[in-house]
Amino acid sequence: MLDLSFRPNLPPLLRGGPDDVHTLVHYKHFIFGSETSQDKFNYVDIGVFFNTIFTAILVTVINLCFCYPIAFYMAKVASPSTSRLLIISLIIPFWINELLRSFALRILFAGEGVINNVLLGTGLIDTGINFIAQDVALYTGLTYAYILLMIFPLYNAIESLDSNQLEAAKDLGSSTIRTHWRIVIPHAKAGIASGCTMVFMLTAGALATPVVLSSPNTYWFTQLIYQWFNMNDNWSRGSAYSILLLTISVTFVLLMMRIFKVKIGEIIR
Amino acid sequence: MSADVELQNISVTFGNFYAAKNVNVKINEGEFFSFLGPSGCGKTTILRAISGFLDPSEGKVLIGGKDMGGIGPNKRPTSLIFQNLALFPLMSVAENIAFSLEVKGVDKIERRKRADELLELIALSGQGDKKVHELSGGQKQRVAIARALAIEPQVLLLDEPLSALDLKLRQKMRTELRAIQKSVGITFIYITHDQGEALTMSDRVAVMNEGELEQVGQSNDVYNFPQTPFVATFVGENNAFHCKVVSTEKDFVKVDFDGVHFFAKAGGDNKKNHNFKKGQEVILFIRPESIFIRDKSNKFENNFSAKLKTIEFEGNLKNIYLNLNSKMDVRFSVPNAVDTSNLSLNKEVDLTFSSSKAVVLPSGPLAVD
Ligand SMILES: Nc1ncnc2c1ncn2[C@@H]1O[C@H](COP(=O)(O)OP(=O)(O)O)[C@@H](O)[C@H]1O
Ligand SMILES: [Mg+2]
Repeated sequence: MLDLSFRPNLPPLLRGGPDDVHTLVHYKHFIFGSETSQDKFNYVDIGVFFNTIFTAILVTVINLCFCYPIAFYMAKVASPSTSRLLIISLIIPFWINELLRSFALRILFAGEGVINNVLLGTGLIDTGINFIAQDVALYTGLTYAYILLMIFPLYNAIESLDSNQLEAAKDLGSSTIRTHWRIVIPHAKAGIASGCTMVFMLTAGALATPVVLSSPNTYWFTQLIYQWFNMNDNWSRGSAYSILLLTISVTFVLLMMRIFKVKIGEIIR
Repeated sequence: MSADVELQNISVTFGNFYAAKNVNVKINEGEFFSFLGPSGCGKTTILRAISGFLDPSEGKVLIGGKDMGGIGPNKRPTSLIFQNLALFPLMSVAENIAFSLEVKGVDKIERRKRADELLELIALSGQGDKKVHELSGGQKQRVAIARALAIEPQVLLLDEPLSALDLKLRQKMRTELRAIQKSVGITFIYITHDQGEALTMSDRVAVMNEGELEQVGQSNDVYNFPQTPFVATFVGENNAFHCKVVSTEKDFVKVDFDGVHFFAKAGGDNKKNHNFKKGQEVILFIRPESIFIRDKSNKFENNFSAKLKTIEFEGNLKNIYLNLNSKMDVRFSVPNAVDTSNLSLNKEVDLTFSSSKAVVLPSGPLAVD
């Protein structure tokens, strides 16, 4: 695919012929747009790209903030039976296909959807909120889609912390927040990095959820890739775009490892 | 500063199981006090109730006369050393020690200064920048003590802190702990299942069994004047003769053991001697070191004989096991220097012991070993 991304888009007959040379034309297209366009840069594609990355980072952060307390609760606070029950109730929804789950969320968030009806019914709001256009539905859907991939690494990491350390910190006068900051988070950092990288990569590469839940004027980068491959039948350009996404994902992983000072082996564990 | 600790009728239940039952004791200011008992008897439970990690189901904990009900572990003037030490592995030694100061918002330079002082106290000067895993078992032990002392507690609670160390180090640490306690002058509450530890270090010992206090007293009192069969057999070694009371005379009791009569001290309960009745089932306890081979120089009021079974060499001592009858073995020990070459297997040996060294107690459960 890497090779394909550097070749021009030729009809099958000409492949391997004299025109089938290496070229940067597809990467050029990403940055500068088509030759016929008026703009200096390909604002649309670049915009979608960075919006995707930015949103994926945001989703990862939301996911972390949301999952950390749950994982901590399951690992250190709840009784074993409660945490088993919690784990099961977290897993069961994921027996359902991702596409169906996205549609379920769409039903919840639609203009005439359950949430709007409830809010309107209880009089909390006067006019329905357009969750889809605000991308609230998209963020929620993406966050929820990979929640397990965040919770389990966190849970495993926190679980392995000796509970006596929490008590020791408390005994030495530490507040809850400081105990988390100084003891739990440093201990769990490999789990945090591992959860974040997985969630980021999968979110940035998600297709089904954005297709179903994004507002009509929000595009996810994978949707562009999909278009090049399928609708425009330009596999080379699709490949080039995929490579770009892959590169940024890998960069992100390396960055996470830098920030958290963990080794690749620890993340995979 | 030091404080006394008073446990008033403490009970701790898990479901309908009593992990601690009606524990009443007052631990004095500046005292080295030990709870001694077999594992599972509720020692950690008591310590957790004092430190505030656990609320007793009944009763009160008073520290320095103040009721600790509703006060959390981070607000009590106590500091706990955990059975597994629970040092923070991702922090340096100095950071570990100064963690409680960091919590209080003491600035970095001051923290380091204090950590260095404490490192000096525990003879680890200059090792503050090491990681915890670079230390040996005994050094970790001392760091845990320093970390607990940094908060300047009035009471230090220690949960079997030496149990992970090997024998030599354990003995060395006993002396060190005692010295540290003397120099900081605060109350130490120490729990252990090792009677040697409890007896050597403590001002007073409380012997526990199944959640209840069996006896509280100074080491030599607990050893020499056990008040229950459990204490008699858990603290040190003891021979137990199941007998019946023949008669009582002041502080002494005459008992019958399979037709042989022995004469022994009447055991006491809280300074008051037990009131024995004729025919009552009792147990006579005599320690291995108080039984002698009868000869011209060793002749006491009580005499019996038993068949030699084995002689066990234990370094400084020789343990001699004899068979008294089909049901019972007797053991006594002599210093290694004593010549035992004239004893031969399965031969009857004449033995003797002083009535002032033997104690008679009402029948009750023994410590199983
Ligand atoms: N959280 C708990 N839930 C149920 N039982 C417990 C709990 N903690 C301790 N126990 C029980 O209480 C008894 C005393 O425990 P512990 O105080 O730890 O003993 P020790 O420290 O003397 O070995 C044990 O039988 C133990 O199983
Ligand atoms: Mg214990």
